Amino acid sequence: MNTRTTNKRRLRAELPLHLMLVPGIIVTLIYAYGPMLGIVMAFQKFKPLLGFFKSEWVGFKNFEYVFNLPDFTQVLWNTFFISIMKIAFGLLIPLILALLLNEITKNWFKRLIQTSIFLPFFLSWAVLGGVLIEIFSLKGPVNGLISAVGVEPIMFMGINEWFVSIIIGSDVWKGMGYNMIIFLAAIVSINANLYEAAEVDGAGKWKQMVHITLPGMAPIIILMCTLSLGGVLNAGFEQILILYNPAVYESADVIDTFVYRLGLFDQQYAPAAAVGLFKSVISVALVSLSYYLAYRLTNYRIF
Amino acid sequence: MSYKLPLGRKIFIAINIPLLIGIMLLSIVPFVHLLAVSLSSNAAASSGQVKLWPIGFTLDAYQFLGQKAEFIKSLGISVQRVFLGTIINMLLVFLTAYPLSKTNEQFRFRTGYVWFFAVTMFFGGGLIPTYMIVKETGIMNTIWALILPGALNVWNMVMMLNFFRGIPRELEEASKIDGAGHWSILWRVYLPVSLPSIATIGLFTIVGHWNSWFDGMIYMNSPANYPLQTYLATLVTAINVKSITIDDLSALQNLSEKTLRTAQIFLGALPIMLVYPFLQKYFVKGITVGSVKE
Repeated sequence: MNTRTTNKRRLRAELPLHLMLVPGIIVTLIYAYGPMLGIVMAFQKFKPLLGFFKSEWVGFKNFEYVFNLPDFTQVLWNTFFISIMKIAFGLLIPLILALLLNEITKNWFKRLIQTSIFLPFFLSWAVLGGVLIEIFSLKGPVNGLISAVGVEPIMFMGINEWFVSIIIGSDVWKGMGYNMIIFLAAIVSINANLYEAAEVDGAGKWKQMVHITLPGMAPIIILMCTLSLGGVLNAGFEQILILYNPAVYESADVIDTFVYRLGLFDQQYAPAAAVGLFKSVISVALVSLSYYLAYRLTNYRIF
Repeated sequence: MSYKLPLGRKIFIAINIPLLIGIMLLSIVPFVHLLAVSLSSNAAASSGQVKLWPIGFTLDAYQFLGQKAEFIKSLGISVQRVFLGTIINMLLVFLTAYPLSKTNEQFRFRTGYVWFFAVTMFFGGGLIPTYMIVKETGIMNTIWALILPGALNVWNMVMMLNFFRGIPRELEEASKIDGAGHWSILWRVYLPVSLPSIATIGLFTIVGHWNSWFDGMIYMNSPANYPLQTYLATLVTAINVKSITIDDLSALQNLSEKTLRTAQIFLGALPIMLVYPFLQKYFVKGITVGSVKE
């Protein structure tokens, strides 16, 4: 009896907390869990008119179909290659920049550089895509520069090798400011006494960087490497979608753009959903692995 | 500061400063070029003479945009989206983060709810099933298609939750003694002391809504409902040739397509360019706390 009344009282005290969660739960149920259930369409001969419940079940037929498409292996490889390159350069270059910027003693200059480098991060790929296409166009300034030294104009956006380099380069360019700020914060948090002690011991700036700064940043570097592992199958959907064209599908078509064209352009909903599910399953494994590694190596937790 | 720098140090500084200035220019110059093209005469722009300074200066492109219905309309939709979307996103972040910031002892079902939301951070249905659900719920072609699917950003919620947890328990206890319930504790105690975090999350949300374009492209059936960034995306990918109406054609004859396009892209970037340098500290805070995702 006694426990029941306290239970009742607790429930009443907690009631507002449950109520507050209601809107968030509804939205999450519909738009996050809904699509998760909707994945059943990957195993159906899905027809939008029949919906998820009445479409015919076909087992793994859709998977067989897409895995046997001639482009599929190439798409997987493109995704993997572009991602790894973006991760490698996307971490290395901001790391170097942070180390270089840290050597600047004038604060206004430091802030000016940091603010400028940060700019592309805040702009959408719609805007950045427009800028890049203009700059690398046949009559654009980049071709203007190279023709000034006597090189024939290059169709950067239409040649596979150039295009992929631009994809990787512009992604690094956009994210540079973001990662640099994380690295700078890591440098600032290193104990200043260490540098004083090193100076007393006669260590120069280079030795200080190798023996104090870099080891001090190691946890954050390891953390960022492991966390980016989880995104290996996201090669940058919006960026590629806005920049690519049929001439460079061979090297720049990635899983997400493939799903988009297959599903929403060719309206092959079920095969596209199958590719999406394939990607989600591998991604979940990778993300779990990356969080596990991040936790084991650097004690990182999201909550 | 030492007055005599070693030679190696001097060489390093002599290389480092120009190098950093170079990187800085790499981030800014493309946008200067964009502006220069948009302010040039159409002949100069289309022949590729314009570098960093307008040639044959004219405001024609911008004047033309002032009467260009698609541009104005999409701008209006973007403003509406940012306004409505940010309010809803923030409300949901507050309402969800508050109960989940309680201890397990204060709120017994907390762990279950946390898992319910956390799962969505790691697993999603993917593009096609999400598209189908948006279609099934009947919000296609309305502004709600741009707002509801992402109405609760779990990353932002976790960031808010972690901040709420740092608020001293005494504040809450004191107002409880005064008879305040959870609702008034959230509005009158938690939110007022969380203003810096709210600013950080709010700014990321605003920028996120302003910049989104892909959802507009797939959820809006007619270009008349595109938000600005989606409209720009169609300009850029040039799949929207049809949307140039007959009325525009005469005016277009005097204007190169290029100056017009660059003018619109520049205007799409302008609000952010004007605002972010002054609000940078909030963005930096959000990034270094590490939970806000773009």
